[in-house]
Amino acid sequence: MIWDWNFTFEILPKLAGAALVTIEATLLGFAIAATLGLLVAVARIAFPRSAWGISVVVELVRSTPLLIQIFFLYFVFPKFGVMLDAFTAGVLAIGVHYAAYCSEVYRAGFDNIPRGQWEASIALNLSSWTTLRDIIVPQAIPPIVPALGNYLVALFKETPLLSAIAVLELMQTAKIIGSETFRYTEPITLVGLFFLAMSLVSAALIKALEIMLDRRMAR
Amino acid sequence: MGIRTLVGMLVAAVLVTALLAMLPGYSLFVPELLRGALLTVEIAVLGSLVAVVLGVLAALARMYGPAPVRWLATVYVEVFRGTSALVQLFWLFFVLPQFGILIDAFTVAVLALGLNVGAYGSEVVRGAIQSVARGQWEAGTALNMSRAQMLRRIILPQAFIAMIPPWGNLFIELLKSTALVSLITLSDLAFKAQQMNQTTFKTIPIFTLVLLMYLVMSLCVTIGMRLLEKRASAGLSRGRTA
Repeated sequence: MIWDWNFTFEILPKLAGAALVTIEATLLGFAIAATLGLLVAVARIAFPRSAWGISVVVELVRSTPLLIQIFFLYFVFPKFGVMLDAFTAGVLAIGVHYAAYCSEVYRAGFDNIPRGQWEASIALNLSSWTTLRDIIVPQAIPPIVPALGNYLVALFKETPLLSAIAVLELMQTAKIIGSETFRYTEPITLVGLFFLAMSLVSAALIKALEIMLDRRMAR
Repeated sequence: MGIRTLVGMLVAAVLVTALLAMLPGYSLFVPELLRGALLTVEIAVLGSLVAVVLGVLAALARMYGPAPVRWLATVYVEVFRGTSALVQLFWLFFVLPQFGILIDAFTVAVLALGLNVGAYGSEVVRGAIQSVARGQWEAGTALNMSRAQMLRRIILPQAFIAMIPPWGNLFIELLKSTALVSLITLSDLAFKAQQMNQTTFKTIPIFTLVLLMYLVMSLCVTIGMRLLEKRASAGLSRGRTA
């Protein structure tokens, strides 16, 4: 038989454990991406002179493959005396890669704030830090939440790359099960189904969030 | 980023790569890496072709096909957008042979990447077709054109221009995803890098060169698509903004 249900139930607990690692990597990676991305976007506004340099770096990160960046962090950093275990290196690479994308999203959010908001803050004698924190950021973030959500899903789907540096996440576990039992059909299909289910659920959640935000904005 | 900055970056990246390639510690890796890069380019180009064909077909099927074709196209798009590219690659590589379908690694790579990006591309095509003003369809009807005629001669040429920038992004995504094929035994740029890293431990020169090579390739795609966009939309804005 091509599909073995007994085998499927046998490997399910193992894969469920690995799924937790995948989710952990996703959340940590996205936390880095969202924070670092915001910092980069703010730095672009705060230091207009170095904005050019920042956008070159962002372009560099965005136009090279994530897999190579993961290898780079994992293999090159130890040469400089920075030892990272596979999980940390992988999460860091994913976080930095998506920070480059997120910074563009934040930038779009900031660009959408009318100039008058900045000018009004100057008229009220607010410091630029207060303006950014209390006036600009609170207005800029809500409209871009759905876009950030899309990147969360995209980042989630990139986590199987961590298997390349032997992080025991979902894909790596499926591969190990496959090489131990010579049955690849069930583990890899289950991994695919897991990703499909999670992506569909999160797509629905993002859509709901979008509708909620739209309503709040309209009020 | 402006096209001038991009061209400047490309020139700088090529110069740095060429200079590094002349250094003694670097030069010995260059021939192998270039051979890997060639395979990367081949897979990227063929994968892009598959993606464009599938993207257009899936979009047309979803918009105008009869119900079963429409469902099939929807399932295709949702499945390939909903799972990760690496899982799709492994599935085609490891699982299909168990059903007796044997495909060589190169074809699997082209197919998997093409299928994956094609699913995203179909949404791009659909969006672009829907962005063409309704009046264009109505004018076509008034001229007694058939729907296929309108699509081919009125709608698609206009939708084409709107499609270029998002397709450019997708081509870059695809180019970057080709690094994944190193995990199914194909000796592309990423594979060569890893192989030589494991044998020589000269991590810094190898990965620096590899990153630069990918950067050069991505910049070429970005600049090429910008030029195409400029060319395709030349003269259009005059008539439109009136």
